[in-house]
Amino acid sequence: MIPVVLILVPLALAGLAFLDPSPRRRPRVLLVGGFAHLAGVLLLCADPGARALGGALELDPLAQVVLPTVSVLYAVCAIYAQGYLAARRDRENRLFVGGLLVLLSAMTAVALAQHLGLLWVAMELTTLSTAPLIYFSRNARSLEAAWKYLLVCSLGIALALLGTFFLALAGAAPGGPRSLLLAALVRAGPSLASPWVRAGFVFLLVGYGTKMGLAPLHSWKPDAYGEAPGLLGALLSGGVTSLGFVALARVVEVCRAAGELSFAKDALVVMGLFSMALAAVFVIGQRDFKRMLAYSSVEHMGILALGLGLGGVAASGAMFHTVGNGLTKGVLFLTAGNIHRSYGSKLVTEVRGAARRLPVSGPLFLVGFLALTGSPPFSPFFSEFTILNGALGTGRFLAGGLFLLFLSVIFVGMGSTVLAVVQGDPAGTPEVPAQGEAWVTAIPPLVLLGLVLALGLYLPPGLKALFDAAAARVVGSP
Amino acid sequence: MSLALFLLYLVLSPLLMGVVNRTKSILAGRRGPPLLQLYADLWRLLRKGSVYSRTTSWVFVAGPVVSLAAAVTAGLFLAFGGLPAPLSFSGDFVLFAALLALARFATVLAALDTGSSFEGMGAAREVTFGSLSEPALFLCLLTVARATGSSSLSGMLGPGLAAAWTLAGPALLLAAIALFVVALAENARIPFDDPNTHLELTMIHEVMVLDHSGPDLALILYGASLKLYLFGALFVRIALGFEVTGVAAAGVLLLGLLAFGVLVGLIESVMARLRMARVPQLLVGASVLSAFGLVLLLR
Amino acid sequence: MPAWSEIVLILVVVIDFVLLASSRLRAVIRGAAMQGALLSLLPLFMAGRAELGHVLLLSLGALLVKGIAIPWLLLWAIREAAIRREVEPLVGFVPSLVLGALGVGLAFALSSAMPLPAPERHGFLVPTSLSTVFTGLLLVVSRRKAVSQVIGFLVLENGVFVFGLLLSDFMPAMVEAGVLLDLFAAVFVMGIVMFDINREFSSLDTEKLSALKD
Repeated sequence: MIPVVLILVPLALAGLAFLDPSPRRRPRVLLVGGFAHLAGVLLLCADPGARALGGALELDPLAQVVLPTVSVLYAVCAIYAQGYLAARRDRENRLFVGGLLVLLSAMTAVALAQHLGLLWVAMELTTLSTAPLIYFSRNARSLEAAWKYLLVCSLGIALALLGTFFLALAGAAPGGPRSLLLAALVRAGPSLASPWVRAGFVFLLVGYGTKMGLAPLHSWKPDAYGEAPGLLGALLSGGVTSLGFVALARVVEVCRAAGELSFAKDALVVMGLFSMALAAVFVIGQRDFKRMLAYSSVEHMGILALGLGLGGVAASGAMFHTVGNGLTKGVLFLTAGNIHRSYGSKLVTEVRGAARRLPVSGPLFLVGFLALTGSPPFSPFFSEFTILNGALGTGRFLAGGLFLLFLSVIFVGMGSTVLAVVQGDPAGTPEVPAQGEAWVTAIPPLVLLGLVLALGLYLPPGLKALFDAAAARVVGSP
Repeated sequence: MSLALFLLYLVLSPLLMGVVNRTKSILAGRRGPPLLQLYADLWRLLRKGSVYSRTTSWVFVAGPVVSLAAAVTAGLFLAFGGLPAPLSFSGDFVLFAALLALARFATVLAALDTGSSFEGMGAAREVTFGSLSEPALFLCLLTVARATGSSSLSGMLGPGLAAAWTLAGPALLLAAIALFVVALAENARIPFDDPNTHLELTMIHEVMVLDHSGPDLALILYGASLKLYLFGALFVRIALGFEVTGVAAAGVLLLGLLAFGVLVGLIESVMARLRMARVPQLLVGASVLSAFGLVLLLR
Repeated sequence: MPAWSEIVLILVVVIDFVLLASSRLRAVIRGAAMQGALLSLLPLFMAGRAELGHVLLLSLGALLVKGIAIPWLLLWAIREAAIRREVEPLVGFVPSLVLGALGVGLAFALSSAMPLPAPERHGFLVPTSLSTVFTGLLLVVSRRKAVSQVIGFLVLENGVFVFGLLLSDFMPAMVEAGVLLDLFAAVFVMGIVMFDINREFSSLDTEKLSALKD
């Protein structure tokens, strides 16, 4: 019951937002939606394993990891949105607010979906609801970004649909499961036709990998994240990509049941390392700090894929990393958005001394960068360490070594950009005085960072068990 | 019987040209030349003298002769109306295509021999388009060969064709359509070339034979009509693949050729010539169509 | 005499070739419309007696969306932008055609290696589907005008639709309805963005969308 409500209420609120004639009131709808959703999710988590729609929606361990993360991120972003939309009063926000609420509904559906068809529909909805939002700033660059995002992601989703059909066909032999329900496919396991499972996995990897932003399917990311408002960037990179990972994990679960797990894991490891390598190359010398964040997102999706592909302890680390990455991306994109608005520019050449001009956002940007690249005591350090541990523990020294290498290169590459933005004297740089530091846009990233720190300092054993359970569901216990 | 059809081939080709021209005229609202006009032209040209340029050599004289000889010889291998050809052996469709290529080669050499850049331009265009139409022709013939399981023209176009249509209809249809396009290209009809034009920008075939006169021109015109008849007969037989023998076969062939002539005339009247740059697209399209037909048969 | 469904599928592949070779946008849009209309007939040829009601609804829906609504939207788009021809694409017309032919051959070769639940009925579906998906991908990747890219997406979805028919035994209308819905929604949003692109750049040439790069 609650799962269905969690999906339908944001849709209803989106409708309300569309119809509301007052631009001042619309952001409040977003706030209501975000917090109502969070309350609902917390209520739902008290009942793990809850199901709805005849098993099409279920709060399984993977959903228990991702859904609260996304919900918390969304609620905090909803607070930020109040300040952001107030600062951007000059722009029409009807589509923006409505689109964000539809996105919330779609994201919930992806997290809870146990039916591959429903999963696919919800994924497509995340693309369609966010593409027009990238064009929020109404300039040529953001239009170009929106077009590329729309085209590439729609293409990916169409291929994912083909892959879904392949999986359905794998179970289509008489006596087979003949269904797209995850439980049914997993139960039928070895009887699934192997060539179709493999072909399906490849197409689904391409399709959902596009939504995640794994290389080489990431071409939309730098443009979309670079041109979208910071708020949208936070939700896309913290929420939607994590959900792309969830979708991929569901497919891997089917592969495991069908005996194709090693094929799937190898593919994931290769794509994960490739994504990290590509991110490392493009992050060096990146002059636009929002595009830099996009490449960082590619890197972290690579880390997730790598962790899942290594299996065992590393997979559990990947689950932990999903949470940490989602929240930290929120910190980085929200603060980057603040900096961008205050300086009116996103280029390193024009932005200096953010720590002085924006006394909360500036240092937060720096600390967030440190957190994301794996500094203790923040949680990404522990999750990345777990993945490395898993790699070395199972004898994958090459993978572990490359992992470390790319992490270091990216640390240096991003560090030079971030330090250049944050340090120094802001005198002489462009300034938009009306868009200075404000409580309502500075507190949300602080809250998120606090959560990331808390998770790093103390990981409750219940959460650790949850990560292990989710990983075991997908790739089996070590 | 097949010998009779071969003789008909030699005799009736100019009439086919006449049918095409008459169709064009009627559709243009004119009365047009009489059907036997080409015969009269050939007779007139044969009685004239030839004028040879000082820059030409024996190649220029040999061109029309070789071209005509090739066309006549190719006709010996073609199974007109589905009856066995006077000459046939396994793989003779390659020789058939080679003879047609030889005819083109002789014409091109004769054109180059004049030393005029005008003819040279026509020769260059002709050879370029030829390099695109030949694969298409081969793919068509290969498709039919595969469908009927025979590798000689007599076998391909013989009684096996009817059975092949029931089994592999779509593939043969694609091959037939592609063959029609090739026929238009090889005979320099619209939409590839305009036989009536005398503008430098648009000539391909016409320009190559511009310097020939008298009996040489007669041989060339006759050879062109033979080529049209050849392709027409090939197309008609593939398209109307049902089993016939004896006089009925001749009747079907002649009626089919009549329809072919009218169809060519129709297309010439309603379509315009393609831009030079688009011609490769159409020819490659024909190749691709027949290749697809072949793929359908290979499953 | 081959089954009607086979003939329709062969026509679909022939239309793929036409789409790859043609540079006139109106012809391409009409070709894609015709392909969509043909595909909407397929469920009727393939269905059993039982679900005729569902199938009829599905065919009608497919015809409306693919054969009428989307082509109308695209024709409106090119009228707004006043464009008639595709400029020479990144992969030229002739190479596109050859690549498409190779793709079709490959599709046929690959599909003979995959097991099918009911090979007699579904023999042609997989190769046609893969060929059409390949054609769609080729169109999206190599064409410059935004409208052509949308048509490429449309063709790709057509390919996926064909494949979905394989599942029509146990997952009827739902699957196909999903594809149709996705197609309509995606193209609708694309149409809106194209309208904005035309307004912003006074052109639908995506070569102009090249300001963002690393």
